[in-house]
Amino acid sequence: MNIQAIKAIYIFEMSRTIRTLVQSIASPVISTVLYFIVFGSAIGSRMENISDVSYGSFIVPGLILLTVSLQSLSNASFSIYFPRFIGTINELLSAPVSYTEIVIGYISAAVTKSMIIGLIILITASFLVDISIQHPIWMICILFLSCVAFSLMGFIVGIWAKNFEQITIIPDLIITPLVFLGGSFYSITLLPEFWQKVTLFNPIVYLISGFRWAFFGNSDVYIGYSIFAIITFTLICLLIIWRIFSTGYRIKN
Amino acid sequence: MKNIIEIKNLSKKFVDGTEALSSVNLDIHDGEIIALLGPNGAGKTTLISAVCGITNMSSGSVQVAGFDVKKDYRKTRSIIGLVPQEIALQPFEKVIDVVRYSRNLFGFKNDDKYIEDILKRLLLWEKKDKRIVELSGGMKRRVIIAKALSHNPKILFLDEPTAGVDVDLRIDMWQLIKEIRAKGTTIILTTHYIEEAQEIADRISIINKGKILLTEKKTELIEKMGQKVISIVLSEAINHTKYSDEFDIINDAESNQHIIHYNYLKSDKNFDRFITTLKNDGHVINNIETKEKSLEEIFLDIVSK
Repeated sequence: MNIQAIKAIYIFEMSRTIRTLVQSIASPVISTVLYFIVFGSAIGSRMENISDVSYGSFIVPGLILLTVSLQSLSNASFSIYFPRFIGTINELLSAPVSYTEIVIGYISAAVTKSMIIGLIILITASFLVDISIQHPIWMICILFLSCVAFSLMGFIVGIWAKNFEQITIIPDLIITPLVFLGGSFYSITLLPEFWQKVTLFNPIVYLISGFRWAFFGNSDVYIGYSIFAIITFTLICLLIIWRIFSTGYRIKN
Repeated sequence: MKNIIEIKNLSKKFVDGTEALSSVNLDIHDGEIIALLGPNGAGKTTLISAVCGITNMSSGSVQVAGFDVKKDYRKTRSIIGLVPQEIALQPFEKVIDVVRYSRNLFGFKNDDKYIEDILKRLLLWEKKDKRIVELSGGMKRRVIIAKALSHNPKILFLDEPTAGVDVDLRIDMWQLIKEIRAKGTTIILTTHYIEEAQEIADRISIINKGKILLTEKKTELIEKMGQKVISIVLSEAINHTKYSDEFDIINDAESNQHIIHYNYLKSDKNFDRFITTLKNDGHVINNIETKEKSLEEIFLDIVSK
């Protein structure tokens, strides 16, 4: 395995983050804090508890997942699209680097950035609302797996996209609505029965529910289903990436 | 001479049906400089891309140092350096960082002394902490060469390395290419500038419409394909038509009654007889001048066929 290459890609990507610190980390953190102030403190103080959890605390897992999913997507998609756009991808393709190493390099960088953002939001939130984490190891695991899954998806988007506009289509038009409608700010049990059933077709429900379980010990869907959903989502993304590289789709032709 | 690259029946068809390469066969000798000459869209860059792994081949095989470029891609790519035609660089990174990045991609740890040597050789050392966007076009071209050399490759592909650079830099680049070859590196050069191939290449391969038309040693190509035009200046006017049936006389605008332009091909046995005939007819030869065909004229002849 070409460990040097993986390290090079990782360090290169991370140095880009450090160079654009405000855009990469501060910006999502600030917008999330605003969510907490508006939904958690201002509106949330007038809302009833959900499953014995104050509304301000209840939305913490959803907000973290909303931010890290979008950040993972945009980080990973941009990191592979930009080399395609400026032509430096050819250097990568002509180097003795396997597809697996390329994916590990880019995805680990995207995951690191998202994890950092997620943890910063968690720390920030702890200053604004009361947070207790019942299953901290599971919380880290689910957060990590969610970052991996969305980074892999972002990588696919970055290869699929033909222009910068297309990079934003998936996060803006698909992921954001799914996350919002997946119970980020409410429990799906509050929905009418019909919409509860419809919502179960939204894969994000399982991620948010699982993540919320790690915080509060209760969830909208069985935790086993959540873990299964995250792993399945990750495997599907890996399968698509394997197919992309084996055919050279939008990279080698 | 040992072949370091063997290309056999290499074809490349794009999704839209365009056939960029058609059963290309080419052997590249270890340690040589070979120039791939061809007009735009001839398939030069596609050929390089297939060898380097940037594009998938439709059929055929390529071996580098005895290894298959698909099955043993790590071994083949690790000894190849590529200077692409387009200047593709990360605009906001520092010069030294992008060169280190390339070295690391090829599996090598940082070697500051080696990178310093390369940057100094390419007159980039003073600019090592500059960001790419701050460099001139010529400097950026040097950076992509430094990146290609960062892992000390045995084979270097230069895809139109002097396109769009000024004359001084071009001559500088030729000198650099000669220096790199002197260290044992095999160089494959594509170029539009035929004078470039004439100046630095050992062999020349002419490619057009995805096919290799010929591959020859530069000197042999010029000798074999080149014809000389011999201008014979006579002391008095003669009747050209008297000789044009029997000998290969060129009647062009420059010819006048005192000058005969003789089309001389290699091993032409008629020339001696022609001179003897002129002498026997009582003509006095005042001067003889020869003009060889340039590589450019030969190239245009071949490509236009």
